[in-house]
Amino acid sequence: MSILDSKIPSGELNQKWSSYKDHIRLVNPANKRNIDIIVVGTGLAGGSASAALAELGYNVKAFCFQDSPRRAHSIAAQGGINAAKNYQGDGDSVFRLFYDTVKGGDYRAREANVYRLAEVSASIIDQCVAQGVPFAREYGGLLDNRSFGGSQVSRTFYAKGQTGQQLLLGAYSAMSRQIGKGKIQMYNRHEMLDLVIVDGKARGIIARNLVTGSLERFSAHAVVIASGGYGNVFYLSTNAMGSNVTAAWKVHKKGAFFANPCYTQIHPTCIPVSGDHQSKLTLMSESLRNDGRIWVPKNLEDSKAIREGRMKPTDISEEERDYYLERRYPAFGNLVPRDVASRAAKERCDAGFGVNATGEAVYLDFASAIERYGREKVRMNHDGEASMETIMDLGTEVVKAKYGNLFQMYYKIVDQDPYKTPMMIYPAVHYTMGGVWVDYNLMTTITGCYATGEANFSDHGANRLGASALMQGLADGYFVLPYTIADYLADDIRTGKISTDLPEFVQTEADVKAGIDRLMNIKGTKTVDHFHKRLGKIMWDKVGMARNAEGLNWAITEIQKLREEFYSNVRIPGTVDSFNPELDKANRVCDFLELGELMAKDALNRTESCGGHFREESQTEEGEAKRNDKDFAYVAAWEYTGKPSEAILHKEDLVFDKVKLVERNYK
Amino acid sequence: MKLTLKIWRQSGPNDKGQIVTYPIDNIEGDMSFLDMMDVLNEELIVKGEDPVAFDHDCREGICGMCSLFINGEAHGPDRAITTCQLHMRKFSDGETIYIEPWRAKAFPVIKDLVVDRGALDRVMASGGFVSVNTSGNTVDANAIPISKIDADKAFEAATCIGCGACVASCVNASAMLFVSAKVSQLALLPQGKVEATERVLNMVRTMDEEGFGNCTNTGACAVECPKEISLDNIARMNREYFKAMLTSE
Ligand SMILES: Cc1cc2nc3c(=O)[nH]c(=O)nc-3n(C[C@H](O)[C@H](O)[C@H](O)COP(=O)(O)OP(=O)(O)OC[C@H]3O[C@@H](n4cnc5c(N)ncnc54)[C@H](O)[C@@H]3O)c2cc1C
Ligand code: SF4
Ligand code: FES
Repeated sequence: MSILDSKIPSGELNQKWSSYKDHIRLVNPANKRNIDIIVVGTGLAGGSASAALAELGYNVKAFCFQDSPRRAHSIAAQGGINAAKNYQGDGDSVFRLFYDTVKGGDYRAREANVYRLAEVSASIIDQCVAQGVPFAREYGGLLDNRSFGGSQVSRTFYAKGQTGQQLLLGAYSAMSRQIGKGKIQMYNRHEMLDLVIVDGKARGIIARNLVTGSLERFSAHAVVIASGGYGNVFYLSTNAMGSNVTAAWKVHKKGAFFANPCYTQIHPTCIPVSGDHQSKLTLMSESLRNDGRIWVPKNLEDSKAIREGRMKPTDISEEERDYYLERRYPAFGNLVPRDVASRAAKERCDAGFGVNATGEAVYLDFASAIERYGREKVRMNHDGEASMETIMDLGTEVVKAKYGNLFQMYYKIVDQDPYKTPMMIYPAVHYTMGGVWVDYNLMTTITGCYATGEANFSDHGANRLGASALMQGLADGYFVLPYTIADYLADDIRTGKISTDLPEFVQTEADVKAGIDRLMNIKGTKTVDHFHKRLGKIMWDKVGMARNAEGLNWAITEIQKLREEFYSNVRIPGTVDSFNPELDKANRVCDFLELGELMAKDALNRTESCGGHFREESQTEEGEAKRNDKDFAYVAAWEYTGKPSEAILHKEDLVFDKVKLVERNYK
Repeated sequence: MKLTLKIWRQSGPNDKGQIVTYPIDNIEGDMSFLDMMDVLNEELIVKGEDPVAFDHDCREGICGMCSLFINGEAHGPDRAITTCQLHMRKFSDGETIYIEPWRAKAFPVIKDLVVDRGALDRVMASGGFVSVNTSGNTVDANAIPISKIDADKAFEAATCIGCGACVASCVNASAMLFVSAKVSQLALLPQGKVEATERVLNMVRTMDEEGFGNCTNTGACAVECPKEISLDNIARMNREYFKAMLTSE
């Protein structure tokens, strides 16, 4: 028997949330003033929660490790945000968005959560527009939409290639308003290093002031973890340099179960790695696949010649090119979901067809789109016969209007003109579907400790659809948590301020201090990045796009060895009580070194392939992922016991009432 | 490439600070400027020296965290990019590169190349928002059509990343470009118009209180701005400000 209770309300799927809200306990405004809430993180999830909770009257203490809440990693999201508005009249609905999300997640998400997400999605757009978020508009003055990630309806709202920025700045301005009023106390450059539990309830955190280095205690009646995803366990990813698992991992070690850690999303279109010195990877928006065609040479010899610089992609004739996605998946072609596109690129490169010096890149070619658009223009302009040059020039203009900023970004990084020669792309770690286990209320297995946004596991199953993370972060913070947390806090109206002199605070702070002192005293010879890079390589090679039992077992042993080496040979310069970015990094990497092991263990346990998790042992004859619903239609929630490899598995069975489980087929 | 780096080192806010010279070798054109800083720091750590502190996070030009003054220019020699988007191919073998922090009275140095830009957040908290609560009951997003021209202009102003390069580039250390971008964005949209008067007065007052200087229209800010925020925004803010001065008593 599992001890997990997902607390899904009874009733019809489409009534659950509204009837739940009708019956929930409330906290009256006078009492809200006596209640403190800590929110760790100021991205879309934490920023929206902080603003909404402060507006309601709670005292919020918000934390981020950057120098301003506006810099959370959500700022980097490019493509857009989904919402079931059906403004385009193309048949979208709450049910369809719900259905697409469950299916896209390869049937490994909880129906009730996803339905609620789809239900509140429309309010998100209303709220953001009211805040002054400048979404793209049509000439008539109404909001524009685009189709994204191969979805059959146009439900994605966007602001050029900077949707995340505009949404985050909206949440940040709502926060700023409450900061000005004193309802949010903002703690910039503060990093949460542990959770304080008093009488079985989350009552505070220990944070390090990153400017002075001092450890500080903060108390509250509830703690919300909105610290983002853990993709940086791979070292190279599209996440920001500081993105980390520490806050989530620390609550895990204090009793919160960690769910589906092996579900990672590898995004197919990123700029390939250029050398060893590289510190991060850059995403090229998925929208490019609407117009770009992906290919590698048909002949190994040609690939080799390209790698060695003896040939250029434009030297290779149409007949000599392998448009492998169009070949393998005629129905969806270049628009297959992310996991499928990523694996197909890896398959070609592993077979020796890769096209840059490292052998790990494929082409994303806009030549046919440019020509097609150019010919359309010529027809529209009634120009009659036009030279190829004119056609290509006109087409280039069209492509520039659509993707100009992305092409510019590519040019700055790679120093090649993607209008003239195909882009090179390769999959990269992008998003983590796994995270802290939460129930329907977004509460973890620690009473009074919540997790929202990418930090939790709840809505995307084994694979996230494009433009759905932004939706989830804002849904959690603006429209879900403010209700569910009240139900819990209704018991706390008489508790009064929680003292940070309680022994639990003293003890937790002492533990954190001991951990930091231990790191500082190692005084070894290798830098923190040295270990992080090695961990990343193990993860990428064995716990990346394709996994097998042998590799995973190997990874577990290697990570354990690496962790030991880290604790005997890492060198952290500087002092504890000063601005010390190397110590900040070390605090994060020691948690990645434990998380990596749990990811491998989870991947080893799940002998099926589903979504972003591909077990080589579980594939069809054509090499497609093979799910096993009979044995694996469950959430794997891990309990910490002292060693990641000895974590205890708890299963939350997934029950599907509305959605029929079928094989995802994109052929 | 072999380069000579001349970097501002300052152990804390009360230290006087000085330029220190670091030779560096094996730098490739494909490296980003911050990759190069990483290489330097790895070397310093292994040698037992104190690595150079600098701010950064997204490393793709959007978070606004990176903030280096390179060879006398905020975000370095290239245009329309942040420090993290600058690549070493912009430099040549044997070159000497000066690297300093943003310098402005309102941005005290924390350590080396890291400054405190909290003043920008405080200006925002004084009016950079629309006073609308999260209720789920706001009007439908399409209830008020907004002309595409205004929406696009508002968007362009809203792309400011709050990096502070405009302040660092200005002889007066004025924050006019930053403040005007937010004032413009919200003044261009019907949702923001309601509070336009108080907003511009409050934000300008806070800007002055925080120790940012006056704008004397040199235009240096817009030249270095990584997001090419236009000087038109400053003109629009001035109009808003005078209008507000006339209407508020
Ligand atoms: C390049 C890129 C493009 C993307 N594009 C899209 C897109 O088009 N559409 C879409 O839907 N999704 C997209 N995503 C995914 C989406 O951006 C993220 O999943 C989402 O923004 C995460 O939001 P969050 O609030 O959960 O976390 P984040 O935005 O990562 O915020 C985390 C916050 O937690 C703080 N924090 C972390 N640890 C600590 C600690 N220990 N102590 C104190 N504070 C801490 C940080 O300072 C930060 O404020 C993209 C992601 C990337 C990387
Ligand atoms: S206006 Fe430009 S330079 Fe100034 S903060 Fe904004 S983006 Fe940076
Ligand atoms: S590091 Fe984010 S803009 Fe440069």
